[in-house]
Formats: sequence, C-alpha cells, structure tokens
Amino acid sequence: MSVAPVELRGLRKTYGGLIAVDDVTLTVRPGDIFGYLGPNGAGKTTSLRMMLGLIAPTAGDVRLFGKDPIADPVAALADVAGFVEEPAFYPYLTGRRNLEMLAALDGGDGERIDEVLRLVELDGRAGDRVRGYSHGMRQRLGLAAALMRSPKLLLLDEPTTGLDPAGMRDMRDMVRRLAGEGITILLSTHLMSEVEQLCNRLAIIQLGRIRYEGELADLVARSDGRYRLDATDPARAAEICRAIPGIRDVAAEDGSVWFAADADAAASVSVRLAQDGIGVRALVPGGRSLEERFFEITEGDG
Amino acid sequence: MTGRAYAWEVRKLAAQRRTYLGLAAAAVAPVVLVVAIRVRPPQPTDPGSPFFLRYAVDSGLAVPLLMLLFASVWLFPLVAALVAGDIVAAEDGNRTLKTILTRSAGRGAIFAAKVGAAFTYVLAALLTMVVASIVAGALASGIHPLPTFSTVVSPSRALLLIAGSFAVYALPALGLAAIAILFSTISRNSAAAVVGTLLAALLMQLTQILPVLDSDAAQRWMLTTQLQAWQALFRTPLDWGPVVHAAYISVTYAVPALAIAWVHFVRRDVSG
Repeated sequence: MSVAPVELRGLRKTYGGLIAVDDVTLTVRPGDIFGYLGPNGAGKTTSLRMMLGLIAPTAGDVRLFGKDPIADPVAALADVAGFVEEPAFYPYLTGRRNLEMLAALDGGDGERIDEVLRLVELDGRAGDRVRGYSHGMRQRLGLAAALMRSPKLLLLDEPTTGLDPAGMRDMRDMVRRLAGEGITILLSTHLMSEVEQLCNRLAIIQLGRIRYEGELADLVARSDGRYRLDATDPARAAEICRAIPGIRDVAAEDGSVWFAADADAAASVSVRLAQDGIGVRALVPGGRSLEERFFEITEGDG
Repeated sequence: MTGRAYAWEVRKLAAQRRTYLGLAAAAVAPVVLVVAIRVRPPQPTDPGSPFFLRYAVDSGLAVPLLMLLFASVWLFPLVAALVAGDIVAAEDGNRTLKTILTRSAGRGAIFAAKVGAAFTYVLAALLTMVVASIVAGALASGIHPLPTFSTVVSPSRALLLIAGSFAVYALPALGLAAIAILFSTISRNSAAAVVGTLLAALLMQLTQILPVLDSDAAQRWMLTTQLQAWQALFRTPLDWGPVVHAAYISVTYAVPALAIAWVHFVRRDVSG
C-alpha cells in the first residue's frame, strides 16, 4: 500500500495554558479530497502550520508521505504545496516576480509560471504589483504558487473565504479539476456545503479535538432511513405515525414530523394519513444533512 | 540554494523604497558637508576642530575622511540599521515567512541569504558614501595632496588610504548590521529593530562619559569605537594594531549576534 500523504498521530500544540490542538490523529489517503471541517478557532490552521513545518508540535507526530516536516521540512514538503490562512506575497513585487522568486527557491527556473497564471486566470494582471491585488486575486496567486511545485498533496486553508459567489464556484471547480488529475487535497474549511460538494472523506475538529473522522457517505448514511413529513395537522400526524408498526423515533420539530422507517412502512404513512383526512404536503427521505450531523457531533449527542 | 535565495534577497531590497532612502542619505550627506564647508570655511587654527576638517578647503580628499568621522556617531548606524533591522522583521510584517519557508530552501539558507543581502547593502551604502564624498570634495576643493597626522601624501596615495579607511570602517559597520539583524529576528518588528540598533550604538558611545567605568578600557571593547580605527592608517609608520583590534572586536560582536539570530530563526514558530 502506498504511503499516506498525511498522517497525524497524537498531535498536540499548546500556547501556555491554551490548548490549540489536542491529540489529533488522522490519515489522509492518496486521492482523497479530505475535508478538515471545524468552526473558526477549532485548531485547523494550527494543525496545518504543523503539517507545513512552520510550527513545532508540543507533542505527537506529523508525517507527509512518511517524512517529518519538522525535522526535515525541505524533504517532507518536496511533493507538497499549499497555504495557511490567506496567501501572503511581497506587496512591492509584481505577481509574476513573486512567482519567479518562489520558483527560484524551489530550485527551478519558473518554466511553469505562464501556465499556472493562465490556469488561475491571472495572466492579465501578472505584471501588476501585488499591493494592488484584491483578496480573490491573492487567493488565486496563492493557488498558482502552490501549483507551480507540481504537488502530489495540496493543503488549502479556507481557500474560498472572502471570495464572491463566482470566485467560490471557480475555486471549487479548480479543486475538483486538480483532484481529477490525481492530486490529494486536504481542504480546511468551516463551510459544510463546501465539504458536501467536494470531499469524499472528512474530519470534524472542535476545540482542538477530532470529533469524527471517516467517509462523508458514512456520516450522512447514519441518517439514512429517516424521513421528514409535512402535513396539514402535524400534531395529529405525529400521533398517527407513532401508532404505525415499523415507524420509530417520531419527533415533531418546527412544524415537521421526523421519523425513522423502512421504505414500506414510510409508504404506509401517506395512506393512513389520507384515511384520517390529513393532507400530506411533503414526505421526503434522507432527512439529516451534514450540517445537522455536524451539530449533533459537535454539540455532544453524536 | 543559498546563492539563489541571496540573489532574490538583493532583488527584494532593490525593489524597496527604504533601500534607496539609506543609499540617498549616504550620497547626499557628503554634499551637505561640502556645502557647509564652502559656506563657512574652517580655519586651520580653530581649536578642537577635527584634524581633516582643517584641510578640507585645501584638498577635496579630506572630505571622505570627514564623512567617516561624522557618520560614525549616528548617520551610518542609522543607514545600516534601516535595512539590516528590516531584513527579517519585514517578513513578519508582510506575513511572507510562511510563503518562503514552505518551498525547497531550508531556514538556514534563507537566513544566510538575508545576512548576505544586508551586508551587501551596507557595503553598497559605504561605497556610495565614499564615491559621493570624493566627487563632492573634488568638485569643491580639487584633488590635491592630503596632510596626514605625520606627513603629507600624494593624491594617489591618499586615494589608496581612503579605500583602506572605508575597508577598515566596514568591519564595525558590518558588526552593527549583525546587531540589527539580531534585533530584527528577535523583535519581529522593523521599527523596534532600527531603534534598538541605534540605541545600542548610542549606549556604547555613552560609555565614554560614564564615571563608574574605566572609560579608556571600556572604550577599547565597544564596537562603536572601532568606527574610528581607520585613522591608524594615517600615521607613519603605519600602525596596524588598532586595525587588527577593530577586526577582532567586530567579529566578537557579529558572530554571537548572528549565531543567536540564526538559532532563533531556525527554531521559531512561524505563526501569523
């Protein structure tokens, strides 16, 4: 089996009495678009800094393709690129000059600069000083700087934060395209919709601790067999549901009735309600979204 | 890798305004000095006036030496600190350390490149000052034989001694730059590093007047005192003692300063 692009074991970082990252263990597999999901301040960026060798862990290990980025950042980051928080560049240099400098630090001569500038659609503004770039342009230049290294692993920290809707869509399309080219991606984000749209696996981090790690499909599958019912008389509808064999976990919330059932039992609900003169506005399978699962997990009952 | 990183550190300096501010100060100061001398020519009999000032009207070649004398107190420490104090802290200011430290150059290579670039700037500023001084002096007073502490030397010999003087002056100037790099690395703040370096230079000069110290012995160990060591070249026979001592003291200050800065830079957490 090939070496994991990212392997964190018991990773911990404290600042005085403050625990920023607490015993984080996770594995990103080759080919993953791995969502690192958590609210702001959960420890995502601190974890990423440790992965990039920028800060030393208080305890625990980081391995990128089996190599330690703290002990030997140059070797460990050889096939890795990315950025933490927003990408930062020299404001007094042009976009192109910034990339030329980074290419030189990579030991190359910048032969991919034109290509990556085109890819992020900055080729028209590459001659302007970065001082005059918008937030979105800096994000794109950050992605260009990362792609220039032809990485096998891309670490992206909130890449769509601060972008307008079109910018967010373009950035997500880009992430999908890169993943399609075989690049493993670790995407740190607080946006659940982003994880739902892009990722196959995820870890949920809260207050520095991992609360869930696994397949996105598994997490959402735990809510399979759940239904939402909107009826003309929710209170009576809930009572009727409780009386039907095979209907479980009935709960009335926000004017809807939620229950768990197999497909046949669920189908019988509409029949029974019709017999009792209650109209069915909607009977929707699936039930809980990642968002709901996220709050179940992070608020303690997951 | 250090060579590539060094070349880019120099290019980055060349793209920043503060670099030209320092170089401009080094170029303009001799002009101001020459104008002042023209407005109020010094008299050879002026009591307490610096040695070379008395001859600045007779030979333009006295001007670069006067510049070294006057620049020692604060001008050149400021010019050196302006860039050397910024060289690491600017990365913290721009939050660009994370950008360059996640490429394929190690932290040691980046630090060495920064030291090299800061030293290059200091030498460039010195070169600017000597060339501007010679040109300004030559235009104002002409190129004539130059009196020294012991004799009078020909213009060609004087030019050689001036070049030697700037080389000797460069040693403690680089020592000051090393201190500025240390402050820049540890404070992570350009302004604090520049002011800190000037304050350190000032405190070293103040040891002259501290009554509790054996002033002469203390002065021998101060880096700022070595900014005057070049004057030994103007005695006949030539006295290498102060020059060797200046080199020794400069290294004694610079090496620990750079070593501490290096350890800090290589081990520090890069957040922000």
